[in-house]
Amino acid sequence: MTTFADVRSRLARPQQRRYLPLYATLALLALMYGSGVAQYEAFSDPQVVLNVFIDNGFLLVVAVGMTFVILTGGIDLSVGAVVALTTMVSATLLQEQGWPAFTVLPLVLLIGATLGFGMGCIIHYFEIQPFIVTLAGMFLARGLCYTIGTSSITIDDPFWTRMAQSKVRFGDNFISPSVIIALVVVLVAVYVLAFTRLGRNTYAIGGNPRSAHLMGLPIARTRIAVYTISGFCSALGGVLLSFYMLSGNSLHAVGMELDAIAAVVIGGTLLTGGSGFVLGTVLGVLVLGLIQTLITFDGRLSSWWTKIVIGALLFAFILLQRLITPRKR
Amino acid sequence: MNTLVKHRLFWPVTMLVVLLLSNLIFTPGFFKVEVRDGHLYGSLIDIVRFGAPLIMVALGMTLVIATGGIDLSVGSVVAICGALACWRISEQGDQNSVTGVLVAVALALGLALLLGAWNGLLVAVVGIQPIVATLILMVAGRGLAQLITDGQIITVNSSPYKLIGGGYLLTVPFAILVALAVTALAVLLTRRTALGMLIESVGGNAEASRLAGIHSRRITMMAYIVAGLCAGIAGLMISSNVSSADGNNAGLWYELDAILAVVIGGTSLAGGRFSIAGTVVGALLIQTLTTTIYTTGIPPETTLLFKALVVTIVCLVQSPAFRAKVFHGRRRPPSTPAGPATAATEKVEVPA
Repeated sequence: MTTFADVRSRLARPQQRRYLPLYATLALLALMYGSGVAQYEAFSDPQVVLNVFIDNGFLLVVAVGMTFVILTGGIDLSVGAVVALTTMVSATLLQEQGWPAFTVLPLVLLIGATLGFGMGCIIHYFEIQPFIVTLAGMFLARGLCYTIGTSSITIDDPFWTRMAQSKVRFGDNFISPSVIIALVVVLVAVYVLAFTRLGRNTYAIGGNPRSAHLMGLPIARTRIAVYTISGFCSALGGVLLSFYMLSGNSLHAVGMELDAIAAVVIGGTLLTGGSGFVLGTVLGVLVLGLIQTLITFDGRLSSWWTKIVIGALLFAFILLQRLITPRKR
Repeated sequence: MNTLVKHRLFWPVTMLVVLLLSNLIFTPGFFKVEVRDGHLYGSLIDIVRFGAPLIMVALGMTLVIATGGIDLSVGSVVAICGALACWRISEQGDQNSVTGVLVAVALALGLALLLGAWNGLLVAVVGIQPIVATLILMVAGRGLAQLITDGQIITVNSSPYKLIGGGYLLTVPFAILVALAVTALAVLLTRRTALGMLIESVGGNAEASRLAGIHSRRITMMAYIVAGLCAGIAGLMISSNVSSADGNNAGLWYELDAILAVVIGGTSLAGGRFSIAGTVVGALLIQTLTTTIYTTGIPPETTLLFKALVVTIVCLVQSPAFRAKVFHGRRRPPSTPAGPATAATEKVEVPA
């Protein structure tokens, strides 16, 4: 017979604790998918799941960048604005300046990474909270968007349209090239976090910045790298969004930072830093995507229920985090 | 002179005055205030009137930040309260009935109290980090507001309700009177009683103040409830001024403006000290900036760029690390990496 104390002591084992949120997310995902299949006949089509990836590829990339930042115990509120800035800059350069696609691509990625690098430097060297610095970054990026233009710009560049319309087929199903890019980003992120020095340092800083410093780990380099990665991922997410939407608009991705944070939290990464997995974030994005799909399939619920459900899920997972992290006294 | 420059409010007030004076160059009659039809008119009055909701939200935010927390949900609370009040008024047969409007206002403010209490519960009792705890309501709150308005923009045509945000009482805009009254009440309660000191001690070190016999949970809880209530009043002002409620866009990014106002006013984000006067100056500064951009014909899209610039400068100037590196040319001992450790060292220095 297992008593409450048994459960608690089992939860107290660090290895078990680490994976608990991940299991919870997996169970939730299985539950949601199962209820979808049980209710709607068309839901069992594998294409439904692939569509979730197609519709959320950009969010996945952005959330992977956010995972790095949250693992160090920071937060990046600028991602949505950087995504919008990327779509806007690409659209203007392609459509109004007539630049070739392969000059625009590296340039917008560089802009995103530079913004992230700048914010990382300010956060580290001037010791200002990440929250307020990335808030300023968000204002800056949105402001730049509005300065470039307030109306939507349609992109009809041949490379962009090819990326938007081509399908990678296997059997009866297909995914878009963007999904492949997103999955490559995920694989690279998994590799970096699990097998490289940068990944180890990221976890170490999130776990305890002071011990990391005493161990002689390069705090400055790691922290700045993490925000640069997040900036780069946001820009890449912006490129994928512009493939998906085929337009640049300063109002794209309003509130995407919240979706990204929600995906990371639901994916089991601790907001205090130091514990979490990129694969968890993938699950988190899938949960968000499936919520939307379920609400679309239902047809009776309005779109704002998505936000309420995401809020409720955030609450549940944060409570779970609270239960499994030891109290600091 | 030196003490004047060193005063906490010197830089915000100077910036405000400079901004106001620069308006004089573009708009000669900027400082003219006149009485027309028994109402006060003029650009200065407009700044305070449109700034009133921001002052309200920022006041609540000041108390929350003083306890070492932050409230990201105020923008959503603004939307929810405006939506609830407008929905209630639009449901009743006679929209001009004073009792009906009072009931709607009471309902909305009651809900605001509840939402604030929810945040306070998560932070003070459950012990979740403030940014994260209030993020929940920030996300879900937009959904709730849209749920109330059913995704539509509710328009009301009620003259008693219009009074709150757009009306006049004794020639002065009513919103200004409300903002003044609440500010005066806040100053009275925090500076004439021990409450202000208790808040600062909780922000300085919640655990130490608990051991010293302060109900730190109760104080934290109260700060979030007040923040919710203030956001609720602001929501009423905003929706009444435009006679409609928009669940999606009302109060969008208000939390950021409010935090900005608080930071400009010299309240440290680490908690432990606060300045209500500073917050009011900060809120007025932001509103003046917005008004200036509109009146001088600079494209309004650039407002965000200016705000980004202001936040960065203010934060850099407030940062001890920045001051040490730039103004004194000497490096602080690198033993404290940024993050929680720095917050802890800063808190030790708090005089309260």
